[in-house]
Amino acid sequence: MKTDTIAAIATAVSDSGIGIIRISGENALETADRVYRSKNNKKKLSDVDSHTIHYGLIYDGDELIDEVMVAVMKAPNTYTKEDTVEIDCHGGIFVMSKILDVVLRNGCRLAEPGEFTKRAFLNGRIDLSRAEAVMDLIHSKNEFALKSSVRQLKGSVSDKVHSLRDEILYEIAFIESALDDPEHISLVGYTEKLEEKSVRIYNDIKKLVDNADNGKMLKDGINTVIVGKPNVGKSSLLNILVGEDKAIVTSIAGTTRDILEESIKLHGIGLNIIDTAGIRDTNDEVERIGVERTKKYAGNADLIIYVVDASCHLDENDDEIMKLIAGKKVIVLLNKSDLDQNVGEEDIAKKMTDMSLSSGIVRFIRTSTKEKTGIDEFENTIKDMFFHGNIAVNDEIYITNQRHKEALAEACESMQMVLNSLADHMPEDFYSIDLMSAYASLGKIIGEEVDDDLVNEIFGKFCMGK
Amino acid sequence: MPEIREKVDVCVVGAGHAGCEAALACARMGLETVIFTVSVDSIALMPCNPNIGGSSKGHLVRELDALGGEMGKVIDNTFIQSKMLNVSKGPAVHSLRAQADKAEYSRAMRNVLENQDHLTIKQAEVVELLTEELVDIKALYTKKIVGVKTFTGAVYEAKAVVLCTGTYLKARCLCGEAITHTGPNGLQSANFLTDSLQSLGVEMRRFKTGTPARMDKRSLDFDKMEEQFGDEKIVPFSFSTNPESVQIDQVSCWLTYTNEKTHNIIRANLDRSPIYAGVIEGTGPRYCPSIEDKVVKFADKERHQVFVEPEGIHTNEMYVGGMSSSLPEDVQLAMYRTVPGLENCKIVRNAYAIEYDCMNPDQLYPTLEFKNILGLFSAGQFNGSSGYEEAAAQGLIAGMNAALFIKGKDQIVLDRSQAYIGVLIDDLVTKENFEPYRMMTSRAEYRLLLRQDNADLRLRKIGYEAGLVTKEQYDYVCRKEEMIRQEIERLHRIKVGANREIQEFLEGKGSSGLKTAATLAELVSRPELSYESIADIDKDRPELPDDVIEQININIKYDGYIKRQLKQVEQFKRIEKRKIPADIDYADIKNLRLEARQKLTKFKPVSVGQASRISGVSPADISVLLVYLESLSRN
Repeated sequence: MKTDTIAAIATAVSDSGIGIIRISGENALETADRVYRSKNNKKKLSDVDSHTIHYGLIYDGDELIDEVMVAVMKAPNTYTKEDTVEIDCHGGIFVMSKILDVVLRNGCRLAEPGEFTKRAFLNGRIDLSRAEAVMDLIHSKNEFALKSSVRQLKGSVSDKVHSLRDEILYEIAFIESALDDPEHISLVGYTEKLEEKSVRIYNDIKKLVDNADNGKMLKDGINTVIVGKPNVGKSSLLNILVGEDKAIVTSIAGTTRDILEESIKLHGIGLNIIDTAGIRDTNDEVERIGVERTKKYAGNADLIIYVVDASCHLDENDDEIMKLIAGKKVIVLLNKSDLDQNVGEEDIAKKMTDMSLSSGIVRFIRTSTKEKTGIDEFENTIKDMFFHGNIAVNDEIYITNQRHKEALAEACESMQMVLNSLADHMPEDFYSIDLMSAYASLGKIIGEEVDDDLVNEIFGKFCMGK
Repeated sequence: MPEIREKVDVCVVGAGHAGCEAALACARMGLETVIFTVSVDSIALMPCNPNIGGSSKGHLVRELDALGGEMGKVIDNTFIQSKMLNVSKGPAVHSLRAQADKAEYSRAMRNVLENQDHLTIKQAEVVELLTEELVDIKALYTKKIVGVKTFTGAVYEAKAVVLCTGTYLKARCLCGEAITHTGPNGLQSANFLTDSLQSLGVEMRRFKTGTPARMDKRSLDFDKMEEQFGDEKIVPFSFSTNPESVQIDQVSCWLTYTNEKTHNIIRANLDRSPIYAGVIEGTGPRYCPSIEDKVVKFADKERHQVFVEPEGIHTNEMYVGGMSSSLPEDVQLAMYRTVPGLENCKIVRNAYAIEYDCMNPDQLYPTLEFKNILGLFSAGQFNGSSGYEEAAAQGLIAGMNAALFIKGKDQIVLDRSQAYIGVLIDDLVTKENFEPYRMMTSRAEYRLLLRQDNADLRLRKIGYEAGLVTKEQYDYVCRKEEMIRQEIERLHRIKVGANREIQEFLEGKGSSGLKTAATLAELVSRPELSYESIADIDKDRPELPDDVIEQININIKYDGYIKRQLKQVEQFKRIEKRKIPADIDYADIKNLRLEARQKLTKFKPVSVGQASRISGVSPADISVLLVYLESLSRN
């Protein structure tokens, strides 16, 4: 059976030193050749023997992405019984998603959840006795992906996609009513209007694609939680990272009573930073709730930034915080380095050992949020952790993002086709075909099918004759 | 008690546009066929608009003709005006529409029926379907059709029955407070068959439609209307009609508009409209709303178009298109008389709404056979569609399949990439329809391929294999196909140089000069040029008929778009070809989502493709289904 070519990340995205991108289908070798360069730049993967492994580099155009080993396995002796290429790359979401991305732009599409296994079964690679298990897997993976997709999508993105779809549908319905009832509805002078609109819609979708690239589509970046006692400089840190005066920063202890959340991009890495209320024993009811929430957020964090006022000695509130961060990936910022220093890394390490807490502290950095020193080092530390896969993240988020991005890219391409048809002065009926494809692609992002939308729009918005 | 007892092959119930095509198909395929009608004078009646064709409906007629149907031929002989719609748009949406001389149309079709071998016309109301219980191991069908019974008690034993009852079942016509229990045009309704169907477990529903008034031509002032002419060069509907024979003198139609006065009268009397007063139970079509619907739903529109069209040559009756209504007679008259040109109008027939029983077509296979009654087929408005063309198209398919069923041969299912007819039937049997279904070009996802100009190339073969298309007609299409192929190939092969003669020629045609040599095909593909217009620089071309040249132009000019759709079709066919065994038990597939399992059980799709189009069945369900089917086939 002739099928299209699919690709996906085959290993867990995070927390591993090595990752595998798997490509399967009749264009697998061709796709791999487009992104792979051997050392002498002469080797073609489509020419090599089956079941061999090749060292080389993955390029996105002229940009080097990673140093890899590529396994080439030709049909039929593969998992899916199709031509299969596996790219072994460095682990960590950043590299892996970049490689997947470039692969997807070179001749294949993102695999559906469970699709490799489905193909393996349909192509006779998996034993009949496991049919039930295969169906189980497909079902549960899809259910999960569906939930994750809707749950992860940012409200603002979802709103934008809805409104773009509405606009597109209206235009299709207008064109189609005129085609169905040319004596009632005229398209004279319509092309100019549509062109203007299409350019705008195209640009809007393009922007969404770029946002997907930056991980801004989704609610969850890497969950980074800033903890510390009141007035140690947590909010100041957030302000420096975000670049705007969002958190309330005063020198009165306990001003950040609730949780502040910001998505930022640091060296291409999406971080969802949660600035929490300072932790201290308190009788203030409002502040107490804030503290409770802080504890909850810290529990779910992928990365904790523990801000310590290095000019003050540690106290029992720090004990509480250390209990909270035990076992977590933590960067400790010894802040207020511009003042006299009373706390060093050994003090904290010792205290944790004394309380027999397991320390996940990755690094201590001396900073001054007032003088903005140490911030570069802090940022670089996060970058390094991320690139080496040291920060645990939810795999599904990245796959969801990739799926959304693919749908957006399709929609973008369809809108490009509309613009091409307009430029070529094609008749109006050609426009609505690609507008419809764009509409359908956008629908995938918000989990909506096309169904009778168009017919309903035509009858709802335009008065047909007879 | 002595009674009439006859044995035939097929009974067709109803002689409207669906019934006529169904009966002709069966008889032409050599089966003894009887067609029942409540009135022989109303065979192929056009009780609503006086046209055949129109956007996407014209496609249906073309396809029907290519398959060996009759509608195209009859309208070619009886039209009084013809227009190709959407000519300023792409070839895929060009659509032919002809004004019919209604009486002539009806008479001509009756003439064809009367002279068809193996076909008998019978004026009688069918009141009961005769069935036998079927003990089938797989329990796919619970019953099998064995004949019909008429009101007078006559029994016609048959191997297959095709129901084409139109709007006659328990019909009720409404004109304001005046309600009559009749079919269209005051004809006798059929009041018993619904009960028989329900007792066989068929789920029935009630739909509604309507028609505007007919007026006496002499009472209208055409000076106040805009004249609407037919095309100068007329294109026939049928592929077997000689184009020369249809270049007739045409009759004009007329355009006028409603205004605020009209709308005010309607608004002031809405409480007397059976629809707004809640008297009507049936669901009406949104695409041909009554004038009261238009005024209510599109309140900001200052005027609505009104097309005044002749009903025929030998009658003074004029059809007032755009103003169908179920308002009372007095309101109708007052409302019509506010329209310019209709100030002194005399109404010959009042506008009315009609309600009728029909079935939910999800009880049919894509062959148009009932899922639970072997040998019973249905077509037309009975299946919840609307329109003469939609009816005729289904009638032909139902008739062909009834005949193929009796002959024990594979039945015909046109898929969505083959024909508008395929889209029509697939939509009817796969989607949930809540109003009379009308064909629209937007419903055809591969419409660039399903053009009215290539219906013969798409479908002649199928008609020929069924025995409805002659060898001569089929051979012509094969030759045509070959001519197109060869000539396109030649145009891609022959190059012209960037020499002075060519540059001057192109300049003369308003086309930009060549930088390097180009193929003739590249020139044809330019929007400002065509196959015909480059004849002077292509001296060695063969002499080709117009229809071949048309195909060459379209195929070259829209090559990129056509190829894209062909690619999509390839994808589509992949799962369309994957058949689902009729005895599949969805309860056995545990990983289907609940909604999907219920829908699949209800719709009994014949292919994975059809399953994928059922609303509520997700791509993941389809993957699970594929794995299940694979495990079945390996077992």
